[in-house]
Amino acid sequence: MKFPSPSSAEAVVAITDLFRRFGPKTVLNNVSLYVPRGSVFGLVGENGAGKTTLIKHILGLLRAEAGSVRVFGLDPVADPVGVLGRIGYLSEQPDLPGWMRVEELLRYTQAFYPNWDMAYAEKLREQFGLAPGARLKTLSKGQQAKAGLLAAQAHRPELLLLDEPSSGLDPIVRRDILEAVIRTVSEEGRTVFFSSHLLEEIERVSDYVAMLHQGHLVLCGPLDDIKAQHRRFMLSFATPQSKPPVIAGALSVTGAGREWAVICNGTRNELPAIVTALGARIIEEQAVSLNDIFVAQAGTATTAETTSSV
Amino acid sequence: MQIHITSNDGVPIYVQIVNQVKHLVASGRLAPGEEIPPIRALADQLLVNPNTVARAYLELERAGVVTKRHGSGTYVSETPSPLSRREKLKVLTQRVDSLLVEAGHLDIDLPEVIELLHERQEVIRREAAKAAGADARQRVPANQTSSGSKG
Repeated sequence: MKFPSPSSAEAVVAITDLFRRFGPKTVLNNVSLYVPRGSVFGLVGENGAGKTTLIKHILGLLRAEAGSVRVFGLDPVADPVGVLGRIGYLSEQPDLPGWMRVEELLRYTQAFYPNWDMAYAEKLREQFGLAPGARLKTLSKGQQAKAGLLAAQAHRPELLLLDEPSSGLDPIVRRDILEAVIRTVSEEGRTVFFSSHLLEEIERVSDYVAMLHQGHLVLCGPLDDIKAQHRRFMLSFATPQSKPPVIAGALSVTGAGREWAVICNGTRNELPAIVTALGARIIEEQAVSLNDIFVAQAGTATTAETTSSV
Repeated sequence: MQIHITSNDGVPIYVQIVNQVKHLVASGRLAPGEEIPPIRALADQLLVNPNTVARAYLELERAGVVTKRHGSGTYVSETPSPLSRREKLKVLTQRVDSLLVEAGHLDIDLPEVIELLHERQEVIRREAAKAAGADARQRVPANQTSSGSKG
């Protein structure tokens, strides 16, 4: 699937036809996406969809099997110094040296980044309520995430890269993470790329959204466009239907009896004719949340895959 | 300025901001000439993308609800918003529809609903008059004390 790309000059991350296999399993199948400078880019997909693998390519931890990955116009595998110094990275399980104290972590991380701002780091440490003398291994999961977040952003990175930062954390830490995202993108020219399966968070803060499903990019574009393209229609039939009506182009059809809900993408103009032909009428048209779109898209993709493999 | 964002009903966040600011202005909770928060402050408060807030403010500016003053901030427009009459009626129609549906469920017929509208109108008018009176009274003693202390 191809998606329109912004001019690559503005792209902080440019991924073209990225292909990756682990053994016999294709994890990323010709994925192309562009992350425009100054935006928040949200990556969604269920567990095992390929999100972390994609992020590892951006970090240069994995080499593209086919296709290309460019970050700030550079190859992250060939030029890790040029790329990693400008990225702030937080993973789902921050790999922090447990024996270190919080203050030691700050000094240790500082050594890697020429732009490290110790005053800013101190400010964040206080805001996050992290005691300077506390050993990292004694911190709670939420506090460890905060320590990781602190280490990821005190050098004011051009690109903040968050891999499932909120998973398993309480709402207060999640709020700190979202604040970090907003703070980053509020400063001119800085970009955030983050993956999450908390679609509510993605929907709140993202300019662009990409959806991975079994290694394929099934959706990619400005969040507002994606939301504008998807609609839920409530259909009313004269008589109860024993099985779901077949509607071409529908992503999902759910319901029972006389009322059925159809989620469509882009086929809205044709829908009224189809519905009339089925002997039904549209009684309501609604906007849908990203969550509904995600579930509908994932469902279609699965069905398509099963059908094609049969 | 209190705004509440929900991600469940699929309404784009910038539309939610636009609608709620319009509502706050229409209901008088935001007064003409009052400053609304800077984009970054509101983005921080609502935990939404600053670009989304910027887009909402742009829409509000286009609709004439707010005015941007260069280098100072964004303010509620002094003149009433020039929303077209059709647009105003559209907003109201939705409210009337839900009112009528609710009335139907509660088995209250149309004449009763209309009577209630008149009643409420009277109550709101009385309360507004009372508030204005209290306001005026509050200002008067303040002036008197200051002049009294002088003498």
